[in-house]
Amino acid sequence: MITIKNLHTTIAGKEILKGLNLEVKAGEIHAIMGPNGAGKSTLASVLAGREEYEVTQGSIDFDGKDLLDLEPENRAREGLFLAFQYPVEIPGVSNINFLRSAINEIREYRGEDSLSAKDFMARVREKSALVELDPKLASRSVNEGFSGGEKKRNEIFQMAMLEPKLAILDETDSGLDIDALRIVANGVNKLKNNHTASIVITHYQRLLDYIIPDFVHVLYDGRIVKTGGKELALELEEKGYDWIKEELAL
Amino acid sequence: MRIEHVVVVNHFQYSVSMSDYTENELAEDLENQEYKFGFTSDIESDKIPKGLSEDVIRLISSKKDEPSWLLDFRLNSYRLWKEMVEPNWAHVKYTKPNFQDISYYSAPKQTKKYESWDDVDPEMKETMAKLGISMEEQKRLTGTEVAVDFVMDSVSVATSFKSKLKELGIIFCSFSEAVQEYPDLVRENMGTVVPSSDNFYAALNSAVFTDGSFCYIPKGVRCPMELSTYFRINEGGTGQFERTLVIADEGSTVSYLEGCTAPQRDENQLHAAVVELIAKDGVDIKYSTVQNWYPGDKNGVGGIFNFVTKRGICGHNSKISWTQVETGSAVTWKYPSCILKGDNSIGEFYSVAVTNNYQQADTGTKMIHLGKNTKSTIISKGISAGKSHNSYRGLVQVHKNATNARNFSQCDSLLMTDECGAHTFPYIECKNSSAKIEHEATTSKIGEDQIFYCKQRGLSEESAISLIVNGYCKEVLNQLPMEFAVEAQKLLTISLEGSVG
Repeated sequence: MITIKNLHTTIAGKEILKGLNLEVKAGEIHAIMGPNGAGKSTLASVLAGREEYEVTQGSIDFDGKDLLDLEPENRAREGLFLAFQYPVEIPGVSNINFLRSAINEIREYRGEDSLSAKDFMARVREKSALVELDPKLASRSVNEGFSGGEKKRNEIFQMAMLEPKLAILDETDSGLDIDALRIVANGVNKLKNNHTASIVITHYQRLLDYIIPDFVHVLYDGRIVKTGGKELALELEEKGYDWIKEELAL
Repeated sequence: MRIEHVVVVNHFQYSVSMSDYTENELAEDLENQEYKFGFTSDIESDKIPKGLSEDVIRLISSKKDEPSWLLDFRLNSYRLWKEMVEPNWAHVKYTKPNFQDISYYSAPKQTKKYESWDDVDPEMKETMAKLGISMEEQKRLTGTEVAVDFVMDSVSVATSFKSKLKELGIIFCSFSEAVQEYPDLVRENMGTVVPSSDNFYAALNSAVFTDGSFCYIPKGVRCPMELSTYFRINEGGTGQFERTLVIADEGSTVSYLEGCTAPQRDENQLHAAVVELIAKDGVDIKYSTVQNWYPGDKNGVGGIFNFVTKRGICGHNSKISWTQVETGSAVTWKYPSCILKGDNSIGEFYSVAVTNNYQQADTGTKMIHLGKNTKSTIISKGISAGKSHNSYRGLVQVHKNATNARNFSQCDSLLMTDECGAHTFPYIECKNSSAKIEHEATTSKIGEDQIFYCKQRGLSEESAISLIVNGYCKEVLNQLPMEFAVEAQKLLTISLEGSVG
């Protein structure tokens, strides 16, 4: 699905990612953990194509395409989705209109006919039920006046609506109470299949009680320094990050 | 149903309804992002030599076979104008027009009056089609009827659905025709809301106006169609000076639309119009404008100077609502206003003004509260891009006897670049202590974060800007009749193409 090789990136001249390697195959869920400032959100931003980040070295192959060659909107149209850590508000634009425009632009890019209003609304009903999103929120302006939890749930709703190949969740669990966390995780789990993959970026092991990752990676100082199964997350939760530093003599 | 009175050509497409219109279509429309009404039509015209004098005014008046009272009105206005100086208080900079270098009369050559749509010159029909005016199509697609009066350069070319309206006693025709057919109505009312002496451009218009639209709604009649006027400047070296007079008699309602386009030219052409609305008691007038005069090129060369005086007067329990979407013109100077003379009368002003490149707009409203329990609402959304300057200028005036007057004003400015300017000049004059006046203002810059968020969902930058801007203007766009709203949305997007920086 995605292969990242020796990725180096800078922002405002400062190097953040320093030779990151990661391979995610279809059907897999990868968790990325790490202390503050390790480069977790930078990774999410670079994958989504934020302009402020400069890629100085390395390559990213996304399903046979050179991801770094694609504009942000084309990355999305190729099936890459980022659930934002801080979703923005777009006043006056209804969620429904926003998603319908997005879906139809994506379909156009793929040479598909646009979705009829009927099919679209059927999808809205199905997916909003999946993430237990109040249908009223679907017709409100994008994230405007939403609580923190509603914003995150709306991200998962959008993800469900857009049916991406690769979903990246950037600290989607931050600021969520247990119920919201369960709903968000549930949404992610239900969307999992053999053709899709997820990268879950998180600070805490908590989310991984609900989303069972196939791999857990520790991102430290711009590189993935350790990879393990889901038990690695528990170990991190228990011991913190220092033991990795010591173990790897960083 | 709706009616249109086209005064020189206009450009609205009635072929899509809001529900069918998707952002995809909008993206397609963006392909055609240049000013698309910049063509000129090869229609023979009768144009008088440049220059302004009493003789020219007499010539215009005689060409139009006008009664002597109207010639006197013109000459009187001209004498007033000669004594006046061009106003310079607006926050705009431009080279003052040379009033002797303008031809004050240009009319498509036509010898006969059109009895029906079928009689209209094919070339003229083609022009109208290019501008999106097609009666047949509108009827077919919307299942509604629209009465159109079409004014090309300075002369009203065709008015449709006249007979239908006549049954209800509604008069909807060109101004010139009204002068001939309903001289008393015109004479009694013209200049009563915007007197010749009102301002420099109103005086000029009163002296040299060539045509425009006239509308009379009799007592108790709800006009069953929307009336609309299309203005188009076609000839080079001309100015456009049209007048619109709407008289709504007691208990009547009417919704009126106007739109405007012009060819792309290197010169600055002057458009100085006067619009007067008279709402007697218990009347509801809704007046919507989508102004898309040629704005000049990227370097600020050419474009229309749009210096317009629009004002309405309300009787008891009446309401006048102005909605405007201003995307065109090099310089705009325009303050659609309401005189709330009657008790319990209501004035509304909803405005979106977009400026890009070197465009300048100084626009807003005046709400003059004279009667008791009068209410006014002002919602102004300014969007500035490129190196443009966009100003809101508004006056809320509460007179001594206007007990319990209420005003709410909201002025929002959206900046698209670091080089543009947004300015707000609100004036409040209050002489009655029972008045409640509220004013809110915000200024924001379009967010890179918002645009990136949209892109991450698969939307192009154009679609993203279109969504964000249309969302920002929603309160105003919602006031427009549906087809107009769709057109306005497209215009906003096209006007702001590539403008984030």
